[in-house]
Amino acid sequence: MKYIDEFRNNQLAQNLAKKIDRTVGKRKIVLMEVCGTHTVAIFRSGIKSLLPENLHLLSGPGCPVCVTPNYYLDKAIAYARLKDVIIVTFGDMLRVPGSSSSLEKEKADGADIRVVYSTLEALEIAENNPKKKIVFLAVGFETTSPTIAAAIVQAKKKNIKNFYVLCGHKIVPPALEALVNTKELKVEGFLLPGHVSTIIGSRPYEFIAKKYKVPGVIVGFEPLDILQGIYMLVKQVTNEEAKIEIQYTRSVQPEGNPKAVSLLNEVFAVTDSDWRGIGVIPKSGYQLSDKYREFDIEENLPVEAERTKENPGCLCGKVLQGLKTPFECPLFAKVCTPEKPVGACMVSSEGTCAAYYKYGRT
Amino acid sequence: MSKILLAHGSGGKLMHNLIEQEILKRFANPFLSPLADSAVFSIGKQKFAFTTDSYVVKPIFFPGGDIGKLAIYGTVNDLSMVGAEPLYLSCGVILEEGLETEILDKILASMEAAGKNANVKIVTGDTKVVEKNSADKIFINTAGVGIIKNNRVLSTDRIRKGDKIIINGSIGDHGIAVMSERMKLKVTFSLKSDCAPLWSLVEKILGVSNGAKFMRDPTRGGLATTLNEIVARTNLGILIREEDIPVKDEVKGISELLGLDPLYVANEGKAVIVVSPEAAEKVLRVMKKDKLGKESRIIGEIVETPEKVILKTLIGGHRIVDMLTGEQLPRIC
Repeated sequence: MKYIDEFRNNQLAQNLAKKIDRTVGKRKIVLMEVCGTHTVAIFRSGIKSLLPENLHLLSGPGCPVCVTPNYYLDKAIAYARLKDVIIVTFGDMLRVPGSSSSLEKEKADGADIRVVYSTLEALEIAENNPKKKIVFLAVGFETTSPTIAAAIVQAKKKNIKNFYVLCGHKIVPPALEALVNTKELKVEGFLLPGHVSTIIGSRPYEFIAKKYKVPGVIVGFEPLDILQGIYMLVKQVTNEEAKIEIQYTRSVQPEGNPKAVSLLNEVFAVTDSDWRGIGVIPKSGYQLSDKYREFDIEENLPVEAERTKENPGCLCGKVLQGLKTPFECPLFAKVCTPEKPVGACMVSSEGTCAAYYKYGRT
Repeated sequence: MSKILLAHGSGGKLMHNLIEQEILKRFANPFLSPLADSAVFSIGKQKFAFTTDSYVVKPIFFPGGDIGKLAIYGTVNDLSMVGAEPLYLSCGVILEEGLETEILDKILASMEAAGKNANVKIVTGDTKVVEKNSADKIFINTAGVGIIKNNRVLSTDRIRKGDKIIINGSIGDHGIAVMSERMKLKVTFSLKSDCAPLWSLVEKILGVSNGAKFMRDPTRGGLATTLNEIVARTNLGILIREEDIPVKDEVKGISELLGLDPLYVANEGKAVIVVSPEAAEKVLRVMKKDKLGKESRIIGEIVETPEKVILKTLIGGHRIVDMLTGEQLPRIC
């Protein structure tokens, strides 16, 4: 298949693995793949089994569902329990446990919760159910937020009055700054997310290389992309360089996608945002801009959510920062499994714990 | 209080737990407990197979098939997988108030044609109508009886280290065809459900060799789930090679788009066949001559350890292929 099999060529992969091995030599190097899609792709293609043992890949906070704090879910559940509300969401959110329930359980209890693959489907649902309030669970990074922004603009244009969002969008670069400022974390280079960067470009990461001297490479999602990205990154590390490079050139421009960026700037305003396990990171999230505030469900229909409870044993927060691996969590694969998840990282297909559970236990 | 979730019907771990912990606990008996595609029993000296399946696919018409065709072939295939020639079916339909008779007629015509094609007769049936919103258009249950000749035994008990694993063609066609239809994916392609009756293929395989030891049609949960079921029942491991597993370009593309893994996507005209190494080539040859087996391939083999399904990836790495958890694609059969 064009553009899939070409990026999974065995010979090229073996060659890259050899080059990485030679470059790393005997040195211990710690890299972080920020994006959950990378974590899954690395496991799915068996990349770790090709890498030298002294090269460590940590998984970062790049799974949108995982970094969404419990109280967001509790709020979504509270909305789901209202009679005239239809919750519309991407599938991953369904099974994430809130403080005492989940959307999946609420659905079994009769709440009207619908899974969509595109925000435009949510608009259709709004148009077909004029007497209901449609609440779209707007979570995700810069990959997802432009599509939500587009739906909101569309709703305004079409004068759809019953479409709302519960806004929990996050912005990637400020989270990276929080990570490099985490003293216990010794990451020497970042594999940066290809899809987020398709939107925002490479420039928003430059400060990490300049200010903190940590290199980064924006990487695609096929096995050869990732191997090449790792090779570029270990070369920088061993040469003691710190640049932001683009491996994923077939999709990413340094300036990103200006149209999507201006859409984001129009519909959203930057705000401080709470990340599960990490806490509030300044200027790391979006709320609706004044012009589009009318689509904010919290403004229009305030709701009382239950008091947030977290399982004290759950290490999702540490896992998201790369401070612990899932194997170090006492709940992992014992109390916390994909069927009965305790923390969000075990739920989403891109969650670090789910990926380790599915592919990493040998 | 715990409740039934959609994920309990996905064919993955939750469903297995439900069956083992809630259902088997009450009904365990030597015919049910192997959890084979059909129960196998004898009357006098003659062996028979008996099975049942309910069909709730949404949408009811999809590229390459519809709920009626599926209801015939699905049950026919469950009989075929234990080596039984399908003979007679029962058919119960539950209709939702308001369903257009034209649609019902179309489905019945499709069942009629499928029955003729698979050489089975519907010999008893039942029709119920429920209030609007108490069912989704139409649900169908079929049960089937088949006859097992020559005292054949197809069972995981016969599987040994070194046995080869064969599949009769590309994986994921059915699930992706249904999903694309349901989501109204505006892509033009020729992908159709692989929905087909497997008995004629199975009969040829059994006719040529006694080396075929076990068969299963990888429906809900896909190839990965079937292989994991084999591992769970044998305490042996399985090694499969990504490069040998046939996947159509359309299925690869849509799977990438939707974040699905074709290994877990449903099939309706595929059989996984475990065969002794000596008989593998012979079986493969006869399969390739059948119209449902042209793309047949050996995709891997039974190994002693680890007791898991391991995939050798295209780039030469290894990874575990675990049982499906949660729900990948709802209501695909």
